[in-house]
Amino acid sequence: MNLLSILGVLSSAVLSGASLLYTTLGEIIDERAGIVNLGLEGVLLVGASSGFAVTSLTGSPYLGVLVAVLAGGLMNMIVGYLVITRQANQLASGLAVMFFGFGLSALVGKPYVGARIRGLPRFLLPGLEGLPPLYSSLFKFDPLVYLVVPMAVLVWWALFRTRWGLALRATGENADAVFASGRNPRRIRYQALLAGGLLAGLGAAHLSIAYTMNWSEYMTAGRGFIAVALVIFSRWHPLRAIVGALLFSGAVAFQLLLQSSGVQVSPFLLDTIPYILTLLVLVAWGGNRRQSAPAALGRVYHGTE
Amino acid sequence: MSGVGVQPPSAMLGRRLLQTGARYLVMILLAFLLFGFILMLSGKEPLPSIRDILVSTLGSGYGLSEVVVAMIPMLITALAVALPSRVGLINVGGEGQLYIGAAFATWGALTLQHWPAWALLPTMMLLGMLGGALWALVPGYLRAIGLVNETITSLLLNSVAPKIVGFLIFGFWHSAMDTVKTANFVPAARLPTLFGTRIHLGLVMGLVLLALFEFAMRHTVWGLEMRAIGGNPQAAQRNGIPLKAYLVTTMCLGGAVAGLAGMAQVSGFYGVLLLNFSTGLGFMGFLICWLAGGEPLGILLLSFVVAVITTGGNLLQLTRDLPYAVINILLAFTLFVVLARPAFFEGKKA
Repeated sequence: MNLLSILGVLSSAVLSGASLLYTTLGEIIDERAGIVNLGLEGVLLVGASSGFAVTSLTGSPYLGVLVAVLAGGLMNMIVGYLVITRQANQLASGLAVMFFGFGLSALVGKPYVGARIRGLPRFLLPGLEGLPPLYSSLFKFDPLVYLVVPMAVLVWWALFRTRWGLALRATGENADAVFASGRNPRRIRYQALLAGGLLAGLGAAHLSIAYTMNWSEYMTAGRGFIAVALVIFSRWHPLRAIVGALLFSGAVAFQLLLQSSGVQVSPFLLDTIPYILTLLVLVAWGGNRRQSAPAALGRVYHGTE
Repeated sequence: MSGVGVQPPSAMLGRRLLQTGARYLVMILLAFLLFGFILMLSGKEPLPSIRDILVSTLGSGYGLSEVVVAMIPMLITALAVALPSRVGLINVGGEGQLYIGAAFATWGALTLQHWPAWALLPTMMLLGMLGGALWALVPGYLRAIGLVNETITSLLLNSVAPKIVGFLIFGFWHSAMDTVKTANFVPAARLPTLFGTRIHLGLVMGLVLLALFEFAMRHTVWGLEMRAIGGNPQAAQRNGIPLKAYLVTTMCLGGAVAGLAGMAQVSGFYGVLLLNFSTGLGFMGFLICWLAGGEPLGILLLSFVVAVITTGGNLLQLTRDLPYAVINILLAFTLFVVLARPAFFEGKKA
């Protein structure tokens, strides 16, 4: 276990953690407005497949990212129509959108299975130009990686330092009160879902266009549900989500490191650690009302007619 | 928005049933229409594809039997959601409970394989139920003591269960040839099949459980008390109903039922325990139960409809060169249409 392999593992943790963090930030916005979006897995798949397809067709990864982001937003609008306008159950609607994403992404992505693309370009971390090439190759990241932490700060600022964020969080706590204050909870929830969908699309774009640079059916392999877990782990806070995403991808990378150094621990068991950790965090903070979920999370807003 | 008319007690019942049937038919037609549109966009002929789906499933005795085979686990996992929902618990953990149930049953099948079938199969059923119940105990107990919402915990545990199954298969149970599955079960560990088809005893188990559920809810004290808790937990508790005990027990019973579905899948359908053998059966059960409003007849009907769709997807893959997953689009459209309940549908809200 030398320095190079440790750095390699860290580098891959950052790369894989970025898409997870974008997705988690998106879900935080959804849930702060009171909507549990279980369709995230499907949203990610559609974003990843359409972004990859466009990159492969046009040769431009930037266009691919744009399409993935828009696809994410559109998918979340389906969730919005079902749970806000039609007032359907959120969990059931989310799962329906998940199945829709399974199918649509398989259809969109089928011609591109095994296709090769030129992904997002990677730049060396500034200030490390002097490193030998073997090392410096580990510190080359695409722009989306560099933008992910500023994005988390931006989401934090928008949620906690703007009027829009205040109204959004209030909608997640008590939609009737928001209505009484002269705002439209339905519109706020749609806005939250749109923002969340765009962010999830960004996460999906990073996954297929920058990280793996290929498309295969069900390539997200549960990342959507991991993001839902990370939202809880970070207690609905964008900055804590940075820690959560790093911890999770770090655990995955750590497991790779253990394997490469010959330590016998089942990768299956290591995979369960993040979930168990989240569960323990929930139990530890469960009794504390101040730290708990938005009060109206999962509730349908029926209006006040 | 829902029209609440004054209904004479039973005179209009026939007409209402007819109307409900017609509404569902229109909704399903709408879903097929949307699906056809998507197929057209992707350059496939919609009508022959849809004809394929219907003919391959409803057009022959064999097709129909395959639909019933696919329906069995959905029926049972839907019941695993319906039971806790009567006391207001939301069990999204069917997927995980199914996996753990399957793992427990597999342990029985592998270690007790010299037992005769009449002893082994019931033991495996009990083991499967025990596994599912244990997996549901965590969310049930945490909810009952008021610590964590059962929705979140049961959902989290869904992601853990398949990995534990993977650990068991990969580490201990895999066959000599293959690391992703166990050795084939001995014949004594297989649920008997019926009518010379692949339909197995799991169907009978599911139907009996549904009937039992309906009977218990309508005609026993437990059913009455569960409905009381579902209606108003605080009032129920003040009337001396042991709220916590009911919450834990019903959640565990739901888990046990889902575990039984896992047992039925490995013992009746596959005959081995496979890595990741279920891709969303538990979630499917949740959706079916929700759409059916937790009513046994609705669960039966909807799991049949969903099974027709998922089974039809197999042929679509073979003859139309489409990925199997594409059938999920049709499934999702059906769910969307039912969830959104277009204006012409004036039933009660889910």
